[in-house]
Amino acid sequence: MAILVFVEAAEGKIKGNSLEAVAYAKAMGGPVTAIALGAVDKAELEALGKYGAEKVLHAKDAKLDQGIIQAYASVLSKALEDEKADILVLANSSLGTPVAARVAAKTGAALASNVVDLPNTASGFVVKKSIYTGKAFAHIELKSQKKVIAIRKNAAELKEVGGTATVTDYNPSLSDADFVTKITSTEKATGEILLPEANIVVSGGRGMKGPEHWGLIEDLAKTLHAATGCSKPVSDMGWRPHHEHVGQTGVKVSPQLYVAVGISGAIQHLAGVNSSKCIVVINKDADAPFFKAADYGIVGDAFDVLPKLNEALKGAK
Amino acid sequence: MKILVCISHVPDTTSKINFTENNTKFDPSGVQFIIGPYDDYALARAIELKESTGSTVTVINVGTAETEPTIRKALAIGADDAIRVNADPVDSFFVAAQIAEHAKAGGYDLILMGRESIDYNSGAVHGIVGEMLGIPSVSPVMKLEVDGTKVKMAREIEGGKEYVEANLPLVAGCQEPIAEWKIPNMRGIMSAKTKPLKVVDAKAVDSGIKLQKFELPPPKGAVKMISADNVGELVTLLKNEAKVL
Ligand SMILES: Cc1cc2nc3c(=O)[nH]c(=O)nc-3n(C[C@H](O)[C@H](O)[C@H](O)COP(=O)(O)OP(=O)(O)OC[C@H]3O[C@@H](n4cnc5c(N)ncnc54)[C@H](O)[C@@H]3O)c2cc1C
Ligand SMILES: Cc1cc2nc3c(=O)[nH]c(=O)nc-3n(C[C@H](O)[C@H](O)[C@H](O)COP(=O)(O)OP(=O)(O)OC[C@H]3O[C@@H](n4cnc5c(N)ncnc54)[C@H](O)[C@@H]3O)c2cc1C
Repeated sequence: MAILVFVEAAEGKIKGNSLEAVAYAKAMGGPVTAIALGAVDKAELEALGKYGAEKVLHAKDAKLDQGIIQAYASVLSKALEDEKADILVLANSSLGTPVAARVAAKTGAALASNVVDLPNTASGFVVKKSIYTGKAFAHIELKSQKKVIAIRKNAAELKEVGGTATVTDYNPSLSDADFVTKITSTEKATGEILLPEANIVVSGGRGMKGPEHWGLIEDLAKTLHAATGCSKPVSDMGWRPHHEHVGQTGVKVSPQLYVAVGISGAIQHLAGVNSSKCIVVINKDADAPFFKAADYGIVGDAFDVLPKLNEALKGAK
Repeated sequence: MKILVCISHVPDTTSKINFTENNTKFDPSGVQFIIGPYDDYALARAIELKESTGSTVTVINVGTAETEPTIRKALAIGADDAIRVNADPVDSFFVAAQIAEHAKAGGYDLILMGRESIDYNSGAVHGIVGEMLGIPSVSPVMKLEVDGTKVKMAREIEGGKEYVEANLPLVAGCQEPIAEWKIPNMRGIMSAKTKPLKVVDAKAVDSGIKLQKFELPPPKGAVKMISADNVGELVTLLKNEAKVL
């Protein structure tokens, strides 16, 4: 039975986390049908074949160019029915997660979000999800025939397996009732590496002393092809935009490498970063709690260490 | 306007998480419980709207008797009355079904809650409630203004935000900076003791999920310290040892 995968695009490209969702479904055993909503380049959709999608449904209606939660949930629920698929896989995101909830409610599916690994099907269908904001995991059996699985970054390995997917237009009837929410405008950074998608994150805290010093963080991020993040006080004070705030009450990241500069390592900050593969901490206080959660640490003044580190990284390329 | 605020009763953000009974039960010993931080933002915004628009604010919690101090705190912050649905909140669907039931019966115009709980972090209850009631659900909402029956919101998206409009009734999953957290004052604490807190039985709902076990992440190995005068060594370690570059 086919597994349906909802893929999201940003700036015309399928998001990395959505590619992982395709890889996840493929690793589950497929066959995989992906579905994209709104304007996306056909070549991008065909390329989903590389990660294991056989078929891609493209719901092109211009009304779907905007991510309206209700409308997306209706289209995905309809597609599950049309494809006779029991399982929907998607990436946790600001759109994916709320859409997953509505699809589950609409179809009567069991829902699991923040899933971090492939399901264990030895007996039943058991997924492992992150709970207590990264402080623990729960193994949960999804008993219903229908399932909606929202995965976190790195839940599946991005392996190239296939070739080209067949893209077909998908034109479900859309009800006006699903479009009562209007998106009037969008403010979005362009050309930036998005925090939840990034393999490397460089984050700054109050130790950076002020927004005028963020050039140091940005330079390092540029060298590392990293996204930039920050601690909560930094976004509270308006030094950085809110969407860069990492932690318990902000974005939860799981990159390969997290570099924390001038961040003390409060438990609420750690909650957002503790599933990073490798953590580097730069802090002038040798007793900063963050060092206990780090893999590598440098005790030093950020204003001295950052330029040196940036040069060393550039030199190593 | 009638506002319903959904609050979860969750371990304080500084809590150490432990499990008992072969990793099948959460260990509450030594844990302080709070209103979920995101739910606290929802509540704070509701109180602001109560003051600016003359609305009423009801809080609802799905939980057993030990959640009452958390509910009283919400009343002390300024909610008018409360409903406790007397049951263990077994999953998002169960919780949402209880909330939807009361939201409908009480004719609430605006249902505010957190973008996610900080125990199970599902980020699901708002969407399920919206679907059950056939009304819009918007999350994560970082700004919310009500103008007559129109609601203008800012929703956070990766790399920025989008501005969203919808009409009441609707459900919103809230996060900062929608409002500043409010701390109860003495008068609030006193008056909370006598504000109505209605305890009702839960509606039966089948759960599609079953917990098998919990697991704690493996303990972190020791940190390797590198001298600030030798950052080249860090680069080498990141490349060859951690293999993350
Ligand atoms: C309910 C709740 C939720 C929260 N959620 C979050 C959250 O999601 N994310 C979050 O980040 N916080 C959160 N917090 C706040 C958290 O408790 C801390 O207050 C916050 O993380 C501290 O930020 P900071 O490390 O930038 O600042 P500080 O704690 O002030 O630390 C600054 C650090 O910089 C170092 N430093 C100073 N100068 C230099 C220099 N020149 N070079 C190098 N290092 C230097 C200092 O030694 C210090 O360790 C939350 C708090 C609560 C109560
Ligand atoms: C397998 C499993 C077993 C569980 N067992 C227990 C248990 O035995 N005892 C127990 O106490 N919990 C238990 N829980 C946790 C409980 O189910 C969660 O509190 C509930 O699922 C809501 O969390 P969520 O992550 O789905 O909410 P989310 O969708 O992330 O929450 C969004 C918002 O909904 C509102 N909300 C969430 N929960 C409530 C609530 N209870 N009342 C009112 N509003 C709420 C809050 O405003 C919250 O910000 C269990 C969860 C699972 C998955």
